[in-house]
Amino acid sequence: MNPNLKWKAVFIVFVVLVSIYLLIGYPTFPTSIAQIKDNFNRQIKLGLDLQGGTHLIIQVQVQDAIAQETDQMVDRLNKQLRDKKIPFDEIRRADDTHILVRNVDPSQGSAFRDFITQQYGNYWDASSAAGEPNGYTLTLRQSAIASIADATMTQSKETIERRINELGLTEPIVQFHGRKDNEILIQLPGEGDPARAILVIGRVGQLELCLVHPGGPYSSQAEALAPMSGILPPGAELVRGKNESRSIPGATPSTEVWYIIDRAPVVTGKDLKSAQETHSNPNNPGQWQVNFTLSQDAAKRFGQFTETHIGQQLGIVLEHKVESAPVINGKIEDSGLIEGNFSQESAHDLALVLRSGALPASIKYLEQRTVGPSLGQDSIRHGVQASILSLVVVMLFMVFYYRLSGANAVLALILNLLLLLAALSLFGATLTLPGIAGVILTIGMGVDSNVLVFERVREELRNGKSAAASVDAGFDKAFLTIIDTHVTTVVSAFFLFWFGTGPIKGFAVTLTVGLIANVFTAIFVSKTIFQYHLSKMERQAELSI
Amino acid sequence: MAGYHPPGPSGAPGTIGKRLESKEGKRNRMIEFFKEPNIDWMGKAKYFYALSAILLLVGWFSIWQKGGLYYGIDFKGGTNVDVRFAKAPTVDELRKSLTVQGLGGAEIQAVSDSGLPGQASNEVLVFVEQKGSDDQAIDSSKARVLSALNAIYGVSDTGKADFNLAPLNSLAAVLNEKDPLNLGTSAGDRYTLLAKKLLDYRDKVASGLVTDLSELSRVDGSTPAVVSVVKDNFSVGPFAIRNTEIVGPKVGAELKWQAIWVTLFALAGMLVYIAFRFEWVFGAAAVLAVFHDVLITLGFFSLLHFEISLTVIAALLTLVGYSMNDTIVIFDRIRENRRLLRKEDFAVLVNKSINQTLSRTILTSGLTFLTVLVLFLMGGQVLRAFSFALVVGIVVGTYSSFGIAAPLVVFWHHWRDKSEAAGSGSQPARKPA
Repeated sequence: MNPNLKWKAVFIVFVVLVSIYLLIGYPTFPTSIAQIKDNFNRQIKLGLDLQGGTHLIIQVQVQDAIAQETDQMVDRLNKQLRDKKIPFDEIRRADDTHILVRNVDPSQGSAFRDFITQQYGNYWDASSAAGEPNGYTLTLRQSAIASIADATMTQSKETIERRINELGLTEPIVQFHGRKDNEILIQLPGEGDPARAILVIGRVGQLELCLVHPGGPYSSQAEALAPMSGILPPGAELVRGKNESRSIPGATPSTEVWYIIDRAPVVTGKDLKSAQETHSNPNNPGQWQVNFTLSQDAAKRFGQFTETHIGQQLGIVLEHKVESAPVINGKIEDSGLIEGNFSQESAHDLALVLRSGALPASIKYLEQRTVGPSLGQDSIRHGVQASILSLVVVMLFMVFYYRLSGANAVLALILNLLLLLAALSLFGATLTLPGIAGVILTIGMGVDSNVLVFERVREELRNGKSAAASVDAGFDKAFLTIIDTHVTTVVSAFFLFWFGTGPIKGFAVTLTVGLIANVFTAIFVSKTIFQYHLSKMERQAELSI
Repeated sequence: MAGYHPPGPSGAPGTIGKRLESKEGKRNRMIEFFKEPNIDWMGKAKYFYALSAILLLVGWFSIWQKGGLYYGIDFKGGTNVDVRFAKAPTVDELRKSLTVQGLGGAEIQAVSDSGLPGQASNEVLVFVEQKGSDDQAIDSSKARVLSALNAIYGVSDTGKADFNLAPLNSLAAVLNEKDPLNLGTSAGDRYTLLAKKLLDYRDKVASGLVTDLSELSRVDGSTPAVVSVVKDNFSVGPFAIRNTEIVGPKVGAELKWQAIWVTLFALAGMLVYIAFRFEWVFGAAAVLAVFHDVLITLGFFSLLHFEISLTVIAALLTLVGYSMNDTIVIFDRIRENRRLLRKEDFAVLVNKSINQTLSRTILTSGLTFLTVLVLFLMGGQVLRAFSFALVVGIVVGTYSSFGIAAPLVVFWHHWRDKSEAAGSGSQPARKPA
């Protein structure tokens, strides 16, 4: 054999062996059929449409976090300007990204501007407010908005990941989705009933312990505001609360009540060390509740606070709603509890949400798809059966029509599939329904490449060339055509990958990989087999094509 | 043979005479369905254009008449619930119960497993349109569909998880906790394996719907204790939800535009590449032909009332690929023949190129057509619309390569020759591609 040919053969065998290894020889070298199957199933991951499971797309309401930053800035400014003795009339939020400071004492105008630039120059720009004498507008910088958005997205994703992991679901995927719009994609393979996961993921889970102003709870907003003639004291807030029938005897448990609380919390969910559901409270036997403990720092603060506020009510505010408002009986250092009408499951889920930390912003569900496991099985079974049947028909026809050369083409096709699957497992890609479409297009183009070459070889034979010359000329002439068709398709696949999402991307990946494999098998491998065959053949013998 | 002998790179021109004798022998041994024909394709171009015009008109008239394409949930948003029943209720019963839940406008559609006629199934697809944009209540429609189904069968909520929806890990967790085989600490992953077998039985043998948990005693490795643990922790209903899709209206609208833009970008990319490899008019003709294929296929979707879903978009992209492939093979031959036969009239040259590649065109298209036809008939419900797009697309795509794309190039050439001849007459000789 010609040495050139020998090296080509060695290279092909090497590629085949590596592909086989990637598909079934990894991660544990198989010693039984079951292990081969196991390895294969591990390498070729099926998408949710084939395997069954739940697919969620959520949108993080980043605007929440931005508005929150603005709110906090208003609170901080109120305090700091007083400390600095810079007089002003009012500070209020104009919209999510603007703050209006009214009537700053003109003699302190430059001091005010310097203060803003020095302290908050990275985040806020101060400019004179139109139509407000001595008024200023603070504008949240674009760069600050972007960095808040980034931080919010990252934190949301991490929080969701923690929550899902604690739910104990198998191989969940949480990733950013799309290029804009703050979307996160969550995939829960095998999960056929996502109701509980959806509740847990979507809970904001923000816990705050705040001082309750005396006098409440009130049965309506109007009643709460009446004693102070309709105006809340500074730093106070009116929030809804759960009705604890113990505090208002006779009221029906379903009515809502209102509390006036301090806006600034004593401790928040960030200060939690742990949270756990229990039902061993002697005061409330058989009832599920959530116990929490505070970190060292927060415990110190909390201890001081409770010591100085004995006899007052402490509001346990969960997601902006007062869950309960116990009276502080003595100094409390590091633990507390949340009571409510919990089942074991809901207490467990709340503890989980608190442990995982609050979401920095609320979320919206944009999309939810659940493929039941049996439907996934059906799609695979039907899809695979149909694909195998059609593949067999195509192969039989190739052998019938092109005889030995057809067998060569069949070998090239099988190799093409092998390389495609191996490459998919190497990239960790998942096989989805549109991915199967990509495979079908690949096989079609693989058959086409072979047919193109063979028809060309036949033409050359008809023109009276020798077998070897015909094979050479056939491959040479078909080569350009094959490259043109493949590159055109890869160009379009590139756009699909770049601009498409989810299934369209999957299609583009399988297609591109398949086409590259196809150029290798239909041209390089197929030609090498021909050359080997020709080298064994008698000079004047006919080519079986 | 049309009388041209392209010299191969390693061919020895001097020996042709001798080899011609053996040529006949070789030809007899080859199986050939299609000897190189001598068809005047360009002469028939007007019929092709008429045919395409009719197909486009009929299809798009249907789209216009039906007030647009029939979009699937991916694009229009809403709630889809796919239910399999042990014994299906009548559509009237279902409709009545849905109306009680305020879902009177829901679409109810029977689903069949195979494309072959006469196969009834116990599966129903309920579609509820998304009303308003209240994303918080995104799964309220699903809950109401479930209540409607429960009402039909008088099933009350037992508070137990539905076995037909149970994922592997929750079943395995229950078995591990209750330890019905008394394995103690030596259980290892045996309960996981057992859970897998139980679910395999559900998904493969019982088609996803176990109606009586006692059936599980048939599963290899299961004991009465195992069955009773499953019964204590899970319930089964007379129906199983096989698939739920809930898509917010905003997502749907965005996806539709994304699909359109992606397709246009892909076409533009192809146009540039072909213009670079051939001439710009080839690129334009190829892209127009492919665009024509997509439009006709969409027309067929409307005529036969198939839904446009994301997988159908993947199929349309596949068809774009196939059709482009076909066109390029012919263009490639035209390019090659132009170098060899400079004096030939362009239309004759194009005819010859199509005829020379006809055998390949028919073989490839025939084989791929066969593939997608099998997929259409046997691929099951999920692949139905997908393979339908390909069945139509491959026929149209093959036809458009010689029927639309090639004549477009010829028309352009004739038009340019004429306008050059009518011009100053001192145009520089044009450069062959």
